[in-house]
Amino acid sequence: MEIRMGNRGKRAAAVCGRMLITAGVLFLVFLFLLPVLLLISGSLADTMEWRDRLAPLLTDGEGFISWRWIPDYPTGEHFKQLLFYSPGFLKLFWNSVGMVTVILLGELAVGVPAAWAFAAFPFRGRRVLFFLYVVLLLLPFQVTQLSQYLALRELHLLNTRLAVILPAVFSTYPVFLIYRSFAGIPRELLEAARIDGAGEWRIFAQIGLPLAKGGILAAFVLSFLENWNRMEEPLAFLEDKSLWPLSLYLPEISLNQAGTAACASLITLTVSLFVFGLFRDSLEQGIIAGAVKG
Amino acid sequence: MRSRKKCSFISRNKERKGRRLTGGRLVYLTFLLPSLGGVCFFVLLPFGDVVRRSFVTAMTGEFNGLENYKTVLVNQAFLLAVGNTLRFVAVCIPLLLAGGLLLALAMNKIPVLAYAKSGFLLPQAIPAATIVLVWKLIFEKQGFLNGMLHTGIDFMDGRAAFWVLVGTYLWKNLGYTMVLWMAALKTVPEDVLEAARVDGAGSVTCFVRVTLPCLKGAAYTIGLLSLLNAMKVFREVYLIGGAYPAKEIYLLQHVFNNWYTRLDFDKMAAGAVLAAAVLGTGAFLMERRLWAEE
Repeated sequence: MEIRMGNRGKRAAAVCGRMLITAGVLFLVFLFLLPVLLLISGSLADTMEWRDRLAPLLTDGEGFISWRWIPDYPTGEHFKQLLFYSPGFLKLFWNSVGMVTVILLGELAVGVPAAWAFAAFPFRGRRVLFFLYVVLLLLPFQVTQLSQYLALRELHLLNTRLAVILPAVFSTYPVFLIYRSFAGIPRELLEAARIDGAGEWRIFAQIGLPLAKGGILAAFVLSFLENWNRMEEPLAFLEDKSLWPLSLYLPEISLNQAGTAACASLITLTVSLFVFGLFRDSLEQGIIAGAVKG
Repeated sequence: MRSRKKCSFISRNKERKGRRLTGGRLVYLTFLLPSLGGVCFFVLLPFGDVVRRSFVTAMTGEFNGLENYKTVLVNQAFLLAVGNTLRFVAVCIPLLLAGGLLLALAMNKIPVLAYAKSGFLLPQAIPAATIVLVWKLIFEKQGFLNGMLHTGIDFMDGRAAFWVLVGTYLWKNLGYTMVLWMAALKTVPEDVLEAARVDGAGSVTCFVRVTLPCLKGAAYTIGLLSLLNAMKVFREVYLIGGAYPAKEIYLLQHVFNNWYTRLDFDKMAAGAVLAAAVLGTGAFLMERRLWAEE
């Protein structure tokens, strides 16, 4: 009897513990999502309401910014304004789309084969070279900024889209991520194909690519997020504002237009979220395949 | 039983096998050259020029010996930034790794929480400029947080700013780290855990003696990616605080950025060489340890 009581007590404690952990984690998720919720409600509030809420900040007065989750007069005015009456915004949006597409295609053509070279061929100097790639990916932009600037100036590419695109295409980050998925492919498979007389590019296309699909996709989702949000490079190398990507539109808006800013944020974010949602599962599996199995 | 440890940047056991079988000896070059060529052209060669520039004066181009390095190493702003950056990395990375691991353990234990996973991954997709807008509303002297706490702390200034920055980093990267840990936890052999339990080990002993040692390999990879992401936090700091933020969050990237805008190319070159050398040495030591482990 006593033992059973003890067990029951223990079980109750365990259940309590689980509930506490669950509650804690859920609260944390709520905190994590709070900024997005703020944006959504903010993008629907009209200009007057924003002015009202931000009054303490804008007039340097006393008191705090107030917040209501549901705006008094929900409106789509900011969305309409941005999407139909702001040619600047749309221009930057399409700049971003174009730039990111070209970068991703470039990475597909350059980075994926390079990752395959590291994974499938035991060539001399492979270790040293891969180490170099890892170091390059660790260097922050500011450290390589000067060398990039010098190269782009030499090639007369400054202030053109290529100034942002080319260095991004040759980034070693996707090579590092994709390598690990390729390395997970059993060696014997490749050898069998070679004995059967398959060419190296055929092995790459018919064995390598299909088997590492998840990892490659994940690397591209991460690369998309990275490039969609890229700011330092365009800011440093593009003087002409009509070439700027969308990520640089926001910092230009002042708090006076907070509603528009929230809206523009939300649109920028939506594109990321769309890609993120579309590939969520493969992203997760790809991260896993890349980082742990490799 | 020993779990297979594959934790080096590149796995070694592929080195010898299959060298004879790969078609021609140089086929790998067709895969590698596009990437390597680009990396040489946009990074390595110009970086060579940066190394040269670090030994000459910016104006006249005369040989200057180690003068540039001396100037950089006694530069107050540079030293402050080095200190801050190191402090940031030293605080953030352990917090991120531990937090991610705890969260991963909770997720593994309570299956319902899997639904919350996307919530944690989402911040990764939010653009820096958006974060800045929302952070302003929350952390301003007259923002929500102060409104809720009825205080008047400027969270964007002084020591508080450093912790806001740490929080931002954790918020952005916790989900990614958690997913990586969850994958790593799956590689812990269940039978060893079972055996330990049968021998009377409590859950804490099991975790410390069995689980943690198995996670060592994954910890290096996750640590590397965390370091990489720590370098990217500059974007947010810059957008919030501009070129000269509170001195607690004046990072190495600020120094470089300010040198770049002032065209102090000699200092920048010396600084870049130093930073690359430190990061390269760090990566080298890590790589060596990984090899020793394998």
